[in-house]
Parts: sequence; structure tokens; C-alpha cells
Amino acid sequence: MSMKVSTRQVDGVVVMDMSGRITLGEGSVVLRDAVRELLSKGNKKILANLAEVNYIDSSGIGELVSAFTTVKNQGGELKLLNLTKKVHDLLQITKLYTVFDVKDNEAAAIKSFN
Amino acid sequence: MTVKQVSYTFESTLETINHAEEQASRIATAAGFSEDDVMSIAMAVREAAVNAVLHGNAYDPGKKVTLAFDQGDKDLTIVVRDQGKGLDVDSIPDPLAPENLLKQSGRGIFLMRSLMDEVQIKASETGTEVKLIKHFHGDAADSQEASQ
Repeated sequence: MSMKVSTRQVDGVVVMDMSGRITLGEGSVVLRDAVRELLSKGNKKILANLAEVNYIDSSGIGELVSAFTTVKNQGGELKLLNLTKKVHDLLQITKLYTVFDVKDNEAAAIKSFN
Repeated sequence: MTVKQVSYTFESTLETINHAEEQASRIATAAGFSEDDVMSIAMAVREAAVNAVLHGNAYDPGKKVTLAFDQGDKDLTIVVRDQGKGLDVDSIPDPLAPENLLKQSGRGIFLMRSLMDEVQIKASETGTEVKLIKHFHGDAADSQEASQ
């Protein structure tokens, strides 16, 4: 299953609802393009909802890190929402769980941007 | 003693990475590993295949990736070989070091070691061989004994 991204605006924050696999190739490219497009339109508060992301490989992890630093370097913030157990475990063992701001409640996550 | 061996030769393409992962998942499932172990094995094989296609063979259409499975009594061994210049494992920085945490790449071998029981890497001028080993334990070990 390839990755799909849809976006919605909630109180000045763009929520990226992602589903599928973030892996080398299509999944990573979809994520990269989505973040670039949001930044090009001036959206700098981004909440990546990973509830439906059931698989991520090292390239996908790298793409998330790249998205995080790209947004940060442009004065914005990218936070993660609703990690699946597998993605949570991968971020734990790669020590990235503490690098990302990870949330499990959308309303609280939206508020945390302001 | 039950020994099942099978090997595949693939082109150096992105599709190979998916095929390698799918074969690993299928064979690990048939061998009786738990769902979590199957996912770990498939992910480790995927990471090895990524290294072989991208960093080893560098998408060279003249170079192949071979994938070999060897199911023994106590473990499943998977060997991924490429025909590249040989990976210098010592040159790969520690992905957990604070200065490397935000690097985009360099986590593949670390993930393989985290997901498998043993990982052996042999590199030479004619390519790199990554051996991934997962021991049978729990349900998988019971399944192995029942099949003998």
C-alpha cells in the first residue's frame, strides 16, 4: 500500500492525515512534496497525523527527520500525532522519540502550537 | 533435521527492495515466526536490500542482488549480497550519537542489528554480504519441533 496524504486546517494548524507506508521511493517522496507544498504556501504549523501509517523504514524515518528540520529551519514547527505501536517503537530505538514533539490527542496538539 | 533453502537473484531496482521484503515475510511466516518477528525479519531484509540496491550496486543494471534463505532447526538465516565496491561499515557514524540524531540517513544497519538476533557483514572489493539470523523461540520453536 502506497502512502496518501490529505490536509486540513484546524485553528491555524495544518493537519496532515497520512496513511500507508513511508518507505524509500514513493512514500518518502509523497511526504517530502507535501511538506514542501505546505511551506511554500506559508503554512508553518504542521501536525503530522500518523494514525494510519502502519509501516516506516529507515528511509521513511530519515524523511520525517528531514521534514522536521526543514520546517524548523523556516521558523515553523512539525509535530507528530497518534503514532502506531510499530512507528512508536522505531522512534524509541532510534532515540528520535524525544527529538520529535509527539502527541496522542489532536485537540491538545492543536492547542500546543499556540 | 529440517533444512529448507531457497535463493533469488534480483535486478538493482526499487522493486527488488519490495520483492525482498515480501519474500522474507512469506518465508518467515511459513517458518512459524510470530507476527512481530515476521515484521522484524521483513524489515531487516528490506534494510539490507536498500543498502544493496542503493549503496552497493548503486542502481547499476549490470549488477545483481542475491537473496538466500536457509531455514535450519534453530534459526532462519538470510543472506543478502550485492556486487558493489564493498561497504565500509566502520565509516558509518553512530546514528544514536547526539550529533547524528538529525541526519537523514545512516540508520539501516543499526535497525538490522536491533531487529535480528545476529547480523554479520562481510565486505570485499567485489561486494558486500549481509547475513541476518533470527533464532526460533516460543511458538516458532514449537512449530519447528512439530514439523519434524
